[in-house]
Amino acid sequence: MQREVNQELAREFGLSADEYARVLEIMGRTPSLTELGVFSVMWSEHCSYKSSRVWLRQLPTKAPWVIHGPGENAGVVDIGDGLAAVFKMESHNHPSFIEPYQGAATGVGGILRDVFTMGARPIANLNALRFGSPTNPMTKRIVDGVVRGIGGYGNCVGVPTVGGEINFHPSYDGNPLVNAMTVGIAPKDRIFLSTAAGVGNPVVYVGSKTGRDGIHGATMASAEFAADAEEKRPTVQVGDPFTEKLLIEACLELMATDAIVAIQDMGAAGLTSSSVEMAGKGSVGIELDLDQVPARETGMTAYEFMLSESQERMLMVLRPDREDVARAIFEKWELDFAVIGHLTDTGRITVRHHGQVEADIPLGPLNDQAPLYTRPTTETQKREIINPAKVEDRVGLTAALWKLIACPDIASRAWVWDQYDSTVGGQTVKRPGAADAAVVKLEGLKRALALTTDCTPRYCAADPEAGGAQAVAEAWRNLTAVGARPLALTDNMNFGNPERPEIMGQFAAAIRGMAAACEALDFPVVSGNVSLYNETREPSGAVRAILPTPAIGGLGVVDDVAQAIGIAIAPWLDIVLVGATKGWLGQSLWLREIAGREDGAPPPVDLGAERATGDFVRAQILNGNVRACHDVSDGGLLVAVAEMAIAGMTGVRLSTGPREIPSHAYWFGEDQARYVLAVPDAASLIRAAEAAGLAAARIGTSGGQDLTLPDGGTISVRALRVAHERFFPSWMDGG
Amino acid sequence: MKAGIVVFPGINRERDMAIALTRSGAPPRMVWHRETDLGDLDLVVIPGGFSHGDYLRCGAMAAHSPVMSAVREHVARGGYLLGVCNGFQILTEAGILPGALLRNASLRFLSMDCHLRVERTDTVFTGQYQRGQTFRSVMAHGDGNYFADDATLDRLEGEGLVALRYATPTGEITPEANRNGSARSIAGILSPNLRVLGLMPHPEDLVDPLMGGTDGKPLFDALAAA
Repeated sequence: MQREVNQELAREFGLSADEYARVLEIMGRTPSLTELGVFSVMWSEHCSYKSSRVWLRQLPTKAPWVIHGPGENAGVVDIGDGLAAVFKMESHNHPSFIEPYQGAATGVGGILRDVFTMGARPIANLNALRFGSPTNPMTKRIVDGVVRGIGGYGNCVGVPTVGGEINFHPSYDGNPLVNAMTVGIAPKDRIFLSTAAGVGNPVVYVGSKTGRDGIHGATMASAEFAADAEEKRPTVQVGDPFTEKLLIEACLELMATDAIVAIQDMGAAGLTSSSVEMAGKGSVGIELDLDQVPARETGMTAYEFMLSESQERMLMVLRPDREDVARAIFEKWELDFAVIGHLTDTGRITVRHHGQVEADIPLGPLNDQAPLYTRPTTETQKREIINPAKVEDRVGLTAALWKLIACPDIASRAWVWDQYDSTVGGQTVKRPGAADAAVVKLEGLKRALALTTDCTPRYCAADPEAGGAQAVAEAWRNLTAVGARPLALTDNMNFGNPERPEIMGQFAAAIRGMAAACEALDFPVVSGNVSLYNETREPSGAVRAILPTPAIGGLGVVDDVAQAIGIAIAPWLDIVLVGATKGWLGQSLWLREIAGREDGAPPPVDLGAERATGDFVRAQILNGNVRACHDVSDGGLLVAVAEMAIAGMTGVRLSTGPREIPSHAYWFGEDQARYVLAVPDAASLIRAAEAAGLAAARIGTSGGQDLTLPDGGTISVRALRVAHERFFPSWMDGG
Repeated sequence: MKAGIVVFPGINRERDMAIALTRSGAPPRMVWHRETDLGDLDLVVIPGGFSHGDYLRCGAMAAHSPVMSAVREHVARGGYLLGVCNGFQILTEAGILPGALLRNASLRFLSMDCHLRVERTDTVFTGQYQRGQTFRSVMAHGDGNYFADDATLDRLEGEGLVALRYATPTGEITPEANRNGSARSIAGILSPNLRVLGLMPHPEDLVDPLMGGTDGKPLFDALAAA
């Protein structure tokens, strides 16, 4: 039975009173149920970016190597050899809480489609994950489902999962973050866009059949969770990676012909958003006949067809004389292929079902009059700068290192990445854990891509502007540390409820910090995604937001893959620290894990120093002067050295740090813009650094089986590795 | 050596396999699973992936594809056949090799390096390794736990048809080195005429120093030279 369309129903669909009034004005009458559905999903936060657009405009998006920036399905950059990298990161946070396996799996599927819809063969997946406290009994179930879901989908489609990151924090209890990134490769003159053209051209549906799954997923992703979150399970879609694999092959086969005018995947808001966006971009009209849509269930209504988020579906506009070519390819791959409409010159979307017009909406106002809000903001209060001399070290270096190397935020992620096929394709040069960024070679060429995801949410919570800059800088640094030239990034902005000024203030400040870093590092934003309303309403009524998490996915290029280096150290090398150390303890993991304090201002990001240090380190790597390199991040210098020792199963004897900095602050402080290098000749590297105006110091030498600390403590690298690798298997499998 | 790679819907390591064969001098042609004539191929390879999504038992649907009759004829004629990962699963489902591949003992997908001990070298697949040598390979599977009844296992061992076993880097057979829990640490088995090899790990993903090693290359060099 159809509900009466009125303001109350509009509110249930997520439209405000003002927004519904605008719908009435545009339509000049009460909309049909299907029309209301179309407006509500197109104007949802998820599809319209109504709260974030005014801020996103501040981000730098241009560089000579950028082919397509934000606004397309994914960003496109020129990587040389006539090729382009196509990449984007996207969230699937809410579904992953409700149903972790399918939520994560379909997150991977969705981002893959954003990339291959542009004509690119996907060559790598990454994922940035944030989970609640490991002590929360719910977290284990979510980690297990998310990891299985990412693996289940990625392994089956045959795209290697090569990198990512994981953090734990109680703020993600009940609201985990699953941000999936895909990178693809295409000839740079064969990029496919979604701009429809050619009145009369057929609109073709391919892929899986449409069912009732995922209806109103985009609206769900645009509201905070209440206690009934788990009852929303029917809004989560179910993934079919096998069909996705067929769809990839069939689309790429068709893209090698001249049949396609425009193509768009059916993601959030399914048939609605794909048809509205394609026709809108091309300033044409579109007429759809839902009786032609391949359906998985009987008795579906127009509303259900238009809002279904069934997975593994694409919409295309074809040249009319090439319909048969296309049909033959999809029949070979045993996928549905149906002409479901055509382009018109009306500037309207007209939807027919059983001979009735179920929706007839002018596309101009639907797109142009989408709400845009400059919501009120309040600044995050600045935190106190912590004087390291006033923080007592009660445990010493050895005990602190044992604890940090094994803590959930630093412990080895091998248990996770061992469940992801990282080698399919045969081009993975640096697998997870081997280097600061994953390195994936381009088939048949010397050139390779370096890929990373980064964000330090605790910094962002303490100072969103510094945290935003730090996330961009760390991604840039991780690419640099393998010898890559950073080219561009994709961002996944995960925040709480934008209607609260303190949350919108976090968002605005994070964008400011990111924009400054992008500018200083020539590292533009080419694609991205915004996920708001990441909050949980407790039964008590209290609302808890996640830590602000602007996750950055960075992409760089290595011209000769033989020059790429990892973090594993070999014996008989000098260990050199490049970059200045003050001993910044505020928001460090040492402060949290050892001193039990989650406070202070986070480390400042000096973008000039970041640029100069990174450019120097990269030049040294490309000149062949460096055997291994690791940036200094979570846990500080001693953790960085320990990770290099563990990766190479080689000992290091460390020298004493400078006298003017307390030992724990020097070894565990998280000052930015620093790299640890393993080099055959420290003296010449330090001379070169000093000539470039950079601080550099030899901090040790490699060799033997033990890590010897400056206070005389000795730790077996083998034992350290066991401690490092223990957390995940013992927590998850009790092994 | 004329080589062909059979592609079922959902197979995803056919490109890796083509790179390895080409690198060793046997550039293959791709054979779609609906083809029924293998022509003059000397070597047929069934690569890894998730044929038909492996939504039924792994390889169960592919084993009934039209191309499989031609593959059986090829084997009956004494042709060479290599099945890797999903390819090995398909060969057991088709009854071309004995046994079955069960879920990994950990019940989790395993993607990692492993080491394989070469149990015999008088075959077209292993001729360029030394007997007892171990070489590094990668594995990436959820269902690689080789199983057969004791009589079958005894027969395989008795007839010398175990080609490869999971081992430590120094060649010891230990439970820790046998990550997926395979019976008797079996990673790869041969047909009685030694012309069919099925194995779970992926030698094709280590044929280039830039992939991190060339440990898998002798297998393809030997095949290409046969």
